[in-house]
Amino acid sequence: MGVLVNKDTKVIVQGITGKQATFHTKQMLAYGTKIVAGVTPGKAGQEVEGVPVFNTVKDAVEATGATASVVYVPARFAADSVMEAVDAGLDLVVCITEHIPVQDMVKVRRYMEGKKTRLIGPNCPGILTTDEAKLGIIPGNIQKKGHVGLVSRSGTLTYEAAFQLMNAGIGVTTAIGIGGDPVKGTDFIDALELFKNDPETKAVLMIGEIGGTAEEDAAKWIKENMPDKPVAAFISGRQAPPGKRMGHAGAIISGGKGTAADKIKALNGVGIEVADTVAHIGETVVETLKKAGIYDECHTC
Amino acid sequence: MNIHEYQSKAVLKSYGVAVPEGLPAFTVEEAVENAKKIGTPVVVVKAQIHAGGRGKAGGVKLAKNLDEVKNYASELLGKTLVTHQTGPEGKKVGRLLIEAGSNIKKEYYLSFVIDRQTARVVMMGSEEGGMEIEKVAAEMPEKIFKEYIDPVIGLAPFQATRMAYNINIPQPAIRKATKLMTCLYNAFVGKDCSLAEINPLVVTAEDDVIALDAKLNFDDSALFRHPDIEELRDESEEDPKERRAAEAGLNYVNLGGDVACMVNGAGLAMATVDIIKHYGGEPANFLDVGGDSSPEKIAEAFQIMLDGGQAKGIFVNIFGGINRCDAVAAGIVEAAKIISDDGKSLPVPVVVRLEGTNVEQGRKILQDSPIANVIMAPTMEGGAEEIVKRVKAAQ
Repeated sequence: MGVLVNKDTKVIVQGITGKQATFHTKQMLAYGTKIVAGVTPGKAGQEVEGVPVFNTVKDAVEATGATASVVYVPARFAADSVMEAVDAGLDLVVCITEHIPVQDMVKVRRYMEGKKTRLIGPNCPGILTTDEAKLGIIPGNIQKKGHVGLVSRSGTLTYEAAFQLMNAGIGVTTAIGIGGDPVKGTDFIDALELFKNDPETKAVLMIGEIGGTAEEDAAKWIKENMPDKPVAAFISGRQAPPGKRMGHAGAIISGGKGTAADKIKALNGVGIEVADTVAHIGETVVETLKKAGIYDECHTC
Repeated sequence: MNIHEYQSKAVLKSYGVAVPEGLPAFTVEEAVENAKKIGTPVVVVKAQIHAGGRGKAGGVKLAKNLDEVKNYASELLGKTLVTHQTGPEGKKVGRLLIEAGSNIKKEYYLSFVIDRQTARVVMMGSEEGGMEIEKVAAEMPEKIFKEYIDPVIGLAPFQATRMAYNINIPQPAIRKATKLMTCLYNAFVGKDCSLAEINPLVVTAEDDVIALDAKLNFDDSALFRHPDIEELRDESEEDPKERRAAEAGLNYVNLGGDVACMVNGAGLAMATVDIIKHYGGEPANFLDVGGDSSPEKIAEAFQIMLDGGQAKGIFVNIFGGINRCDAVAAGIVEAAKIISDDGKSLPVPVVVRLEGTNVEQGRKILQDSPIANVIMAPTMEGGAEEIVKRVKAAQ
């Protein structure tokens, strides 16, 4: 089970002939992902890792019946690629690309209104449903099958968390990297809703960071909508000075809003345990599971 | 990216936003010369630094004659201004804006930012001008009005009119106010701003509506399509280390302490700064080197951290995902060769935590290397504790 993708999901790679995309196409195929087509304008007829390349997403969808895509296109063209995938009627688009101009994303979000496509990212590591499929760049060897849903604004912290969970014997249904940009396709609440409706997912780990108020909004949503699935959390950026962008475009405290302290307070306020340091993410999840009485059930690896 | 007030006003003027007549000055003579050119009975001498709160810090002066212009210009140029936004070290004034005085009737607030939740540009206005908007939001939230803008339509005339009435712009100035809002929105979108703030926006005794102050911030990711904005960069306003790091393609923020760190990934880098502080150290920096960094890039990162004797110890915290630990370890060894004369010593202790793909090979490379003061940490916690302990011992 898990959410968003499984072993039968047919996937397109947009920008497949690029160096990074080619490398990760190989990795995704090795994980078992059903990559059925690639898209690079002008490269139709070629093959990358045995995957046929098309000029347009529409051509690729018509030829293969794909329902999802993963975008590795360079930043200045990536917003257009996402819109092309939305126009082709895909269910899911995962955009890995970093440094897309924010106002391009404002247009993308407007373009997506009223359409069925879900966008993950941009500026994210993608998604991985354990032992089924991965769309993006999450390493496949550090995430074991289980019952915890993982949602994170940070790539490396997703890996760090999956690794700590694996060492603690806790498996994961799906990891969703929602990305570090201020304007994105899927935020915490959207991801939490997916996990709420997934019977395999028994608990959720959310990893947030400074900037915006998505964690505070999620805390409120969890209290009102997901009382039956325990949540553990980690927030990075406690020491970040205001007005400084900390690597991610969205990781900035501005106008006094978006501090780690506010987020931790909001999460604690609805009974969510927040790991005190990055080294204690795994332990914090274990404690949360034990407190909820589902540790044994979730101890799957 | 930030620019100065006088530069922001020039950009806005090109979009039709009404601004006071003004000219920049880099010397006292230039200040007097420009005041003469402007020729109004009162001119304003404004310190140009990338920080707000200049008025309260004594960085804005009203001059009634050229002697006063000369005195204020000599006082301000070269002075270090400390405002609530500069930090205690303050910012040195290298430029002035000489501006025509305005006959202010009332001050307002107007800004455009991108709202994360709605993924829209939002216009915010208030009749509490001149005050910081955060303060208004905390004390009088009912005095802040918002209009969310459809990117396809742009700022609709009815939205601008509604804002003008909501913030109580006097009737004779309504049309001028809505025109200014439209021009400001066009500038915001046209130049890929992340913030356009006019505080205060003023209505004059003549019922003109002008941007008395102006602050523009730009989306770094969009600068590739605005070379004219990139040219406005004032390098003297930037931390020299941050500047150097940006040139090397490194994501670095100077935090002022002495326990440095080098990490892959922005989230883990922030969390590493936090864990150094958690164990009692003073973080020197945030640094995301990315995962596939060349030895040259790692060497440059080390040199930036060590420059000026700032780093008394370095914590390298790497989680190898797709990127392999052995490649990072090899990079550190190569970096040591570039930095030191003998290739075997680094000037400060370096504690390394490696985890993830090819971790054993990575550890072996470092253990077998001739570098004297590289210490392998068994865990992340252990590494953070170790580097803090070593830096404290060295003091």
